[in-house]
Amino acid sequence: MTAIEKPADATAEKEQSLIARIRDGESGLFAELVKPYERRVYVIALALLRNEADAEEVAQETILKAFTHLQQFRGESRFSTWLIQIAVNEARMRQRKQHSQLFEPITELNEEEGSYTPRDFADWREIPSEALERSEFRTLLSKALASLAEKYRQVFLLRDVQHMSIEETARLLNISVASVKTRLLRARLMLRDTLAPMFADGWFTRRPFGKGNNPW
Amino acid sequence: MVVNCEQVWQEISNYLEDEVNPELRAAMEMHFHECKRCTAVLDGTRNVMQLYADERSIELPQGFTARWQSRLLEYSPRPRGTAYGWVLAAAALALISGSFALTTLDAHSLSALRSYHAQPGNNLPAGMMVAISSNGKTFHVPGCRYLHKHENENVRLVAASEAIREGYVPCIRCLREYLNR
Repeated sequence: MTAIEKPADATAEKEQSLIARIRDGESGLFAELVKPYERRVYVIALALLRNEADAEEVAQETILKAFTHLQQFRGESRFSTWLIQIAVNEARMRQRKQHSQLFEPITELNEEEGSYTPRDFADWREIPSEALERSEFRTLLSKALASLAEKYRQVFLLRDVQHMSIEETARLLNISVASVKTRLLRARLMLRDTLAPMFADGWFTRRPFGKGNNPW
Repeated sequence: MVVNCEQVWQEISNYLEDEVNPELRAAMEMHFHECKRCTAVLDGTRNVMQLYADERSIELPQGFTARWQSRLLEYSPRPRGTAYGWVLAAAALALISGSFALTTLDAHSLSALRSYHAQPGNNLPAGMMVAISSNGKTFHVPGCRYLHKHENENVRLVAASEAIREGYVPCIRCLREYLNR
């Protein structure tokens, strides 16, 4: 047990000493403090906003804000938690500016009750483990994700990419736990429907795609 | 307890999250044993979760890190009695700017910038005449409507290099074309 907790503590300790030094004027160290969390900040923003450009902008604002407000970080939570909270606030502010909906219309709730039937039953047993090293494959994953409707994409990003709990996801999106679960199920099944046929017959692993040879 | 395919699909996500009760779990496992299609769905769904759980699955946009880091650099901390950061920035600017820019500026004679929201004016012609008010923070093209003048304040016309030396920063409206971005 302690062996597992140690690395996390070491990270927290290292962060605290970094924070202390930054407060003492070594502001150049801030980049080092934030770097491990840049992806999380970006993914959060991407989940709450509609496109990559907005997500990046919000990620930048988040980092700058954390930098200028570092004095206000009291160390009661983890630095990463504090940073993510700023990202959420920044993303929400941007949502408001864009007049996008913060809350789902009630009518949409019912629509989720219907059951989802998988479209494809291709047998996809194995993940090619080194596939993620290939940029075509990562492009494939982002395209599949981008093809999901907004509400499914959000939930999936927060839960399965960002590893938030279902409760946290619900709170963040202002929806019920039940809705998170339903949407999550759909998101996962839809992604499987999209991706499974590409793997099932070894199509992907056999034939690396070049120009004009895309699987979608 | 016996479950059919449709019931299995609705619970597959909970099953993978280990959020089904033991009885349902047993029933589902029995079903998977007999049903090839549901097993395929189960395997595939698990693969989806594992793939996207990998950090490499969502790529950061190209140049993402460099961009926030350079914005962080631009965002100078409030100087504590010195303008060290800005001296560095000015020195860097002097290095990269061409003959058109403020190459004649003596970096060490810079006073603290009056505004922290400044953007360095990379391409400002040093000799360009700009308007400043004595207590203001920014310098402007003469006639810019964002040049605020309070009572008892003088508006002076000075060379851009002089304004910068006094710590003024370029107006982001009227001098936009000369700013970094």
